Amino acid sequence: MKYVSKPVRKKDAFALLTGRPVYAEDIAGGDFLFVKVLKSPYANAIIEDIDITKAMEVRGIVKILTYKDVPQVRFTLAGQTYPEWSPYDRLILDRHVRFVGDAAAIVAGENERCVIQAMRRIKIKYKVLEPVLDFLEAKDNPVLVHPEDDWNPLVDAGGDNKRNLCAHGKDSSGDVNEVLSKCDYVVDETYHTQANQQTMMETFRTFTYFDAQNRLNVLSSTQVPFHVRRILSNALQIPKSRIKVIKPRIGGGYGAKQTAVCEVYPAIVTLITGRPAKIIYSRREAQITSSPRHEMQIRVRIGADKSGIIKAIDVYTISNTGAYGEHGPTTVGLSGHKSIPIYGKTEAFRFEYDVVYTNKMSSGAYRGYGATQGFFAVESAVDELAHKMGMDPVKLREMNIVKEGQIMPAYYGEPNTSCHLDKCIARAKEIIGYNENALRKDLGGGIVRGIGAAVAMQGSGISNVDMGSVTLKINDDGFYSMLIGATDMGTGCDTILAQIAAEVLMCPVENIAVFGVDTDASPYDSGSYASATTYVTGNAAVKTANALIEKIKTAGAKTLECHKEDCVFDGKSVTDKNTGKSVSLKDLANSNMASGFAIEATESFMSPVSPPPFMAGMAEIEIDTNTGKITPVNYAAVVDCGTVINTNLAKVQTEGGIAQGMGMALYENVHYGPDGQYYSKSFMQYKIPARTDVGNIHVEFDSSYEPSGPFGAKSIGEIVINTPSPAIANAVENAIGVRIRDLPITPEKVLKALWAKEKGIEVSSHES
Amino acid sequence: MFTANEYIKVKSFDEAYELNQKRTNKIVAGNMMLRLSHRKLNKAIDLSGLEADYILETESEFKIGCMCTLRDLEKNEAFAKCFGPDISEALGHIVGVQFRNSATVGGSIFGRFGFSDVLTYFLVLDTYVNLYKDGIVPLSEYAASDYDNDVIMEIIVNKDGRKAYYESFRLTDTDFPVISAAVGVHKKGRFFAIGARPAKARVIYADYSEFPEKLSPNEIASLAEYVSESFNYGTNIRAGAGYRKHIAKVLTERLLKKTGCEKP
Amino acid sequence: MKIRLKINGKDFAPHIYPSMILLDLLRDLGFKSVKRGCGTTNCGLCTIIMDNKSVLSCSVPAARADGKEIYTLEGFQDKAAEIAEFLADEGADQCGFCAPGFVMNVIALEKENPNPTEKEIDEYLVGNLCRCTGYMSQHRAMARYFAHKQKEA
Repeated sequence: MKYVSKPVRKKDAFALLTGRPVYAEDIAGGDFLFVKVLKSPYANAIIEDIDITKAMEVRGIVKILTYKDVPQVRFTLAGQTYPEWSPYDRLILDRHVRFVGDAAAIVAGENERCVIQAMRRIKIKYKVLEPVLDFLEAKDNPVLVHPEDDWNPLVDAGGDNKRNLCAHGKDSSGDVNEVLSKCDYVVDETYHTQANQQTMMETFRTFTYFDAQNRLNVLSSTQVPFHVRRILSNALQIPKSRIKVIKPRIGGGYGAKQTAVCEVYPAIVTLITGRPAKIIYSRREAQITSSPRHEMQIRVRIGADKSGIIKAIDVYTISNTGAYGEHGPTTVGLSGHKSIPIYGKTEAFRFEYDVVYTNKMSSGAYRGYGATQGFFAVESAVDELAHKMGMDPVKLREMNIVKEGQIMPAYYGEPNTSCHLDKCIARAKEIIGYNENALRKDLGGGIVRGIGAAVAMQGSGISNVDMGSVTLKINDDGFYSMLIGATDMGTGCDTILAQIAAEVLMCPVENIAVFGVDTDASPYDSGSYASATTYVTGNAAVKTANALIEKIKTAGAKTLECHKEDCVFDGKSVTDKNTGKSVSLKDLANSNMASGFAIEATESFMSPVSPPPFMAGMAEIEIDTNTGKITPVNYAAVVDCGTVINTNLAKVQTEGGIAQGMGMALYENVHYGPDGQYYSKSFMQYKIPARTDVGNIHVEFDSSYEPSGPFGAKSIGEIVINTPSPAIANAVENAIGVRIRDLPITPEKVLKALWAKEKGIEVSSHES
Repeated sequence: MFTANEYIKVKSFDEAYELNQKRTNKIVAGNMMLRLSHRKLNKAIDLSGLEADYILETESEFKIGCMCTLRDLEKNEAFAKCFGPDISEALGHIVGVQFRNSATVGGSIFGRFGFSDVLTYFLVLDTYVNLYKDGIVPLSEYAASDYDNDVIMEIIVNKDGRKAYYESFRLTDTDFPVISAAVGVHKKGRFFAIGARPAKARVIYADYSEFPEKLSPNEIASLAEYVSESFNYGTNIRAGAGYRKHIAKVLTERLLKKTGCEKP
Repeated sequence: MKIRLKINGKDFAPHIYPSMILLDLLRDLGFKSVKRGCGTTNCGLCTIIMDNKSVLSCSVPAARADGKEIYTLEGFQDKAAEIAEFLADEGADQCGFCAPGFVMNVIALEKENPNPTEKEIDEYLVGNLCRCTGYMSQHRAMARYFAHKQKEA
């Protein structure tokens, strides 16, 4: 292959690296009203009165909106395909504010300073209610987060707002209790993962204005332009035909921008005032009113027979969706549906979950989307099982992992069509120097090294839901335009999709100009999330390029005055194989400008399956047993994402996901105070890894060939965050014999567990 | 960010002091911490025109201008030669090079922040604050005092033969410390400072008559115990009080070993 | 109030408000490479060079920049392109939002220490946060860049 499996540079690399003005805030020039949202200081309260008179007197203030000024129809901010699984449970502004930071008023003025001044002058009388803050106490709590009667789930996800239940579900195969009762070894433990912030460097931001046709234009840093169009239509109660969403370059997303966190606020200001409006979240706002990872508590029961065959897995997850249900009913599913099927010899499984509302920030989509939480629990439990059996934890995995060709009952009964997980494990062992008799190395002075492993899978798009489309057309001199609806957010999909099309069209990648995204011009795409783009939209790119070749041949046949069936296209010209006469693509494209025949094609793709990528991650850490501090030293990651389309970008995705996973494992945590206020409001208090914190990350690929993927490709974006938490937790136990079941694995937790072990005391995993 | 009606680059410390007597006026040093406040100031007082960014070595002391940046101090070879190389350990974990190119020694000392590596470090040396009105005041006294309207002109460190050793414990490499610890080794005894407890650093002194110059491993442990017991500790999102106390002991032991006090 | 300063070699005399920060002034003047990432001096996105040192423009009062010589990435386009070659070859640009601040600090490092070890590179750049890359590709690119510069020298 000429363009696939190559380290092609990103098309936008030089613009980004030399600081060209390409992001939303850089390109939105002009006379915008500055919009800010006044936030509730209470976790649960009813607005009894709002007085804006003093605030309206501030010079430069144009509009202040309260709950009285917005449509009274509930909607969701979750960027999902219609009908969304996330319940319609919000208003743009609600009298009932449900978390510290919930929107109480929208203020628009000529500049930021006058808006801030006006916000201080708005007088709100709150009736303060008792909040529900502990997610383990939320279900059937007398305090209801959503007591309203117009709570509106479009899909029955088992939720009940009168029980603080956003969703409930159960899936099983076989009799899990029966099989577990016959197991020789059973581990039954409970694990806890925290809310984490995606902390993309570019915060949420949106610019809105009316264009010449009086349509609402929305320039937004979003992963889901087409969903944003629907969300705004729902929120503002205006037809979708009046809205156009444009995505410029995006400064990172990782799922955060799969929720329309900020779009509604400037949009309603523009709608009401007619003036262009902008909102730019400060880091503080992005930390306290955004869309972090769902906090989860996961109980795992896992059993094996004497020989080490894992016979049954039972997972029960409680997920904290916070004040609103964005991505609540769906993220939780991955905590079981990805983590259970990776073990292929089970006779029974059960997966049950409750998703609860609390008076905390609404959760959202964060890379891994529930699978990350599930793998922390299950992969920790597998190691605990191995220790109980006195077996090497990696050997236990090698004996039990799912193999190519198997049906996966816990993965919607899908077949495992491509899987090199066994080879990934073998290679990761070599890289890290895995030796089952030496998972612990005492370096003296209380410093101990440990190695721990974990495996993971994810999906490639959402089967039967995610759709990608690509339009290709030929221009003068034979260069191509490729229009996509998938959103490059730094991941490089503009380049990756061009590589795929170039491979089919047999032309250099530079010969394809990529355009994305504008909801008027781009063909429909559900957006860049769920690890969908390379697989789903990539398949659409293959289909479209093939369809375009047919059109090129049709045009060639006309010029050559022969039958299309006799035409051959080699990327540069069309040739009549009978006569040998040929016409170059350049001449064909130029003459076609006066032909009445458009050489362009649009094709879409949706997959009935979601082939999982697999990976093995192995962490070598150093623990200072005097302090409990963990320092990552080496991390070996070997990924089977099918064919690697861009060798550089896949590697960087993996390295980046692992670093994020290390932050989650070791220190990242959205801290709340006793009344639901935030402690993690800035990068001073919410620490993400810096370059001296990650150690050495060694990434390799062992590619299977996925028959349904474009050139054999699966996905890469999300799976890469799933192994660090369990691998590090497992390394801790291998090194010093203590098990931390509660993320993050802070030095204090490690040291306390170590002391307790020395004293022979069992510590609770919930000592956070 | 704070707001201000006027921004004044003062021509002299006299002017700075005069302006600073009004509560609504405030001195802008490196503006690393002040920028985080939402204070409404009348006048912001800028000292950057006073050429107070010097590091001067004399026969008997080092004088560090209040506007000297942390980075300049960190890179100053004469200072490191005199007091030991750990000055770069004390400053090197503070956010990043760009931050330390703006953050000033005067601002750090004036702030008397709980998390301050700078304060912890200087407390174990024979350090004085040269204030415009109150004159030369020992740093330990200044650190314990409340904020007032005086102006720090410079920091003076006496060359009394002391060497400073520094350790900190952080959850990430560039985070605020969970505990900061320093020891200053003098010919008659040792000075110990523990900061980020999370309260601000204080200093204690242990004479060689109590804990001699050379120590056995057990004596090191009991001195470290003594030091950690001499301070009180609190809890915040980074760590609990009990854990901090333990870390203070661990770091003190490490520092003692670093000083080469172990009996052969 | 009015100040005078040199940005990328050109004279400017903008009107500012007393508590304006340099980051806002630079963006207002059209130097859009300067990005805001955190507002608490933690991320390094707003790195510029003032009087030959890299500083965080989010913490510099614009008034303090009076009489100063300032560089943003717009003023180092050739150098940026040269460094970009190495980053692009590793796919280290990713979302690119942290890139201008990163490249500015690389330029500052090179001025201060043209022959850094890999450890010195990491320590110097530690104040430049990046959430996409996990830093490894930036590390590889910079190790190669400085090795290349030494070969050239």
